[in-house]
Amino acid sequence: MIQLNANHFLYLLQAATWTLLLSLIAFVGGSIVGLAIALLRVSKSAVLRGVASGYIQLIQGTPLLILLFLSYFGLGIAGYKLVPIVAAGLSLTLYAAAFLGEIWRGCIESVPRTQWEASDCLGLNRFQQYAYVVLPQAVRLAIPPTVGFMVQIVKNTSLASVIGFVELARAGQIVNNSTFEPFTIFVVVAAIYFAMCYPLSLAARALERKAHVGR
Amino acid sequence: MNYQFDFAFLAERWPDFVAGAWLTIQLTVASIALGLVVGTICALARVYGGPWLRRPVGAYVELIRNTPLLVQIFIVYFGLSSLGLKLSAEVSAVIALVVNGGAYTTEIMRAGIQSIQRTQLEAADCLGLTRLQTILHVVLLPAMERVYPALTSQFVLLMLASSITSQISTEELTATANLVQSDTYRSFEVYIIVAVVYLGLSALYRFAFWLIGLVLFERKRRLGTAL
Amino acid sequence: MSDAEAPREEPRDAIVRIRDVVKEFGALRVLDGVGFDVAPGQVAAIVGRSGSGKSTLLRCIAGLETVQAGSITVCGHDVGRPGSAARAQLRRDVGMVFQSYNLFPHLTVERNITLALTLVKKESRDEAMVKAAEVLSLVGLTDKRTAYPEQLSGGQQQRVAIARSLALQPQVMLFDEVTSALDPELTAEVLAVMEDLARRGMTMITVTHEMGFARRVADLVVFMHKGKVWEIGPTDELFARPKTAEFSQFVSSEL
Repeated sequence: MIQLNANHFLYLLQAATWTLLLSLIAFVGGSIVGLAIALLRVSKSAVLRGVASGYIQLIQGTPLLILLFLSYFGLGIAGYKLVPIVAAGLSLTLYAAAFLGEIWRGCIESVPRTQWEASDCLGLNRFQQYAYVVLPQAVRLAIPPTVGFMVQIVKNTSLASVIGFVELARAGQIVNNSTFEPFTIFVVVAAIYFAMCYPLSLAARALERKAHVGR
Repeated sequence: MNYQFDFAFLAERWPDFVAGAWLTIQLTVASIALGLVVGTICALARVYGGPWLRRPVGAYVELIRNTPLLVQIFIVYFGLSSLGLKLSAEVSAVIALVVNGGAYTTEIMRAGIQSIQRTQLEAADCLGLTRLQTILHVVLLPAMERVYPALTSQFVLLMLASSITSQISTEELTATANLVQSDTYRSFEVYIIVAVVYLGLSALYRFAFWLIGLVLFERKRRLGTAL
Repeated sequence: MSDAEAPREEPRDAIVRIRDVVKEFGALRVLDGVGFDVAPGQVAAIVGRSGSGKSTLLRCIAGLETVQAGSITVCGHDVGRPGSAARAQLRRDVGMVFQSYNLFPHLTVERNITLALTLVKKESRDEAMVKAAEVLSLVGLTDKRTAYPEQLSGGQQQRVAIARSLALQPQVMLFDEVTSALDPELTAEVLAVMEDLARRGMTMITVTHEMGFARRVADLVVFMHKGKVWEIGPTDELFARPKTAEFSQFVSSEL
């Protein structure tokens, strides 16, 4: 049994950078797909709306862990062996896309009807309405809840540990397996997560307050 | 994809899935009920309590909401065990879920309780109701009615999050899936089935909450309007 | 609690006794040495412009606000200071009706009335329901027993609010601009209930803008201005012979 020392702490911090990297991948990927989902949800076609809605309900009704298992073990058996980071990135992207899509749809729909009418009267076509009038306003509304969801993404990367990706939670387990001090180790791991997430939570709340003041 | 789907194992293994789902239901119903109690008490403390109450509750909420459930579960199961408190996997799971769910419920109930106007409290005060009576009869039910959709979503999420307890060998639905797929190598099928079961459970829980809402909120049942 | 330096002859049986009350909100002094008495069975109308302190005074009498100086005695209990043990007893003796009715929206009319009866007066459900039926008939709303507040008009809700306070059989009823939020047609039905109450001998203190009602029903009129009692006296006398310019201006502006 090895004593806990500073090297272990450094190891955890290194793993935390992988947490941040995976979070970034999930956020960027989830944003791209999420934007598509949001736009589909407000489209004129009932079929497209239904597809997007079905996707959201499907993802929001299943545990993220199952999604991870499907993309790692499931696809693995089917012949598509993905390395853990890719499987995790894929699952988290699909997961984030559903939630971000729902958040952003709400923001698009919160842009007052009068903005649509005014831009229509000015002769803008649908694409121009979106690009120049509606989306910019929706984006401003979307910033606080999106920043808030980033906290969820960072926390959810901990599940990637289950399919073997060495991020912070997995690193904690590895250190524990050689030092057997689970309480200390996992409290330190929690503290590192807290250090990453709390600033984001504070930022989200501050942005939320600013958004309301500006109205 | 030239993968041959084969669901034959179901004929033999379906009782395992039922058992797993049943444990998931038991764990989460207990956690939801206790989490609601914890969340309501903490929310009341946050809204009506003095600073010596508000600060610890606030700290509790921030700590839980900014750390992953997986790590919280490890602390309860492995961490407490190493300190001498050996708890079973199921008990650890419930404790972790209650602590986690309680924090999120606190924030939701806080919003509900704060939406009750001060004038309602003044009217109750003038009628002679004690603080406790006012909370029980004037504040709690309307507060809960206002945030009921958010509460329902939160509890469904908690049920889905219970899948994480599979990591401390609680034999709930996800753990069952892992077990069956390691026996049969039909990973894709197993996880698809379990995903469908979770979807079914989500719908079941939402329906149950809707029914409970009808029972609790008499005015809404009779008039159909929002409070 | 000093009643030694009363400037004028005071009725020994004053049920509400206010002496030199000072109320501040931070740096703002809203009540600046207010004092008068209300005898049992009297109807006192407190009038004045917005900001004169009349609602604040009523809230102090009800025990909803505490005062920085002076004393307020209701039915023998000193209620002005914080931490008064008398305030619990006060609740049984004083009923308060608010401008915004403050009915409990999730309870039926009947339950709104029986709630305090069962919880505070510890009556049984059956006893409480009988009492509720009585007060509801007093205000003319027997048929709305099982309705919810949102199904009633403003005037009906206010009458239920009056019934709710009445059910506790208070000795003094306080009314805080209870018709100000109502449309004119609905004001009349509420004023009628109040007039009826006065006829039955209830001690009432009402902050009101309804000058017609005040002249018709009040025994005592208290005109407040800048946090002080500017003029006070029996209704007819006060309106017939206003002593101050402010009160004359106020009366003519309200007509």
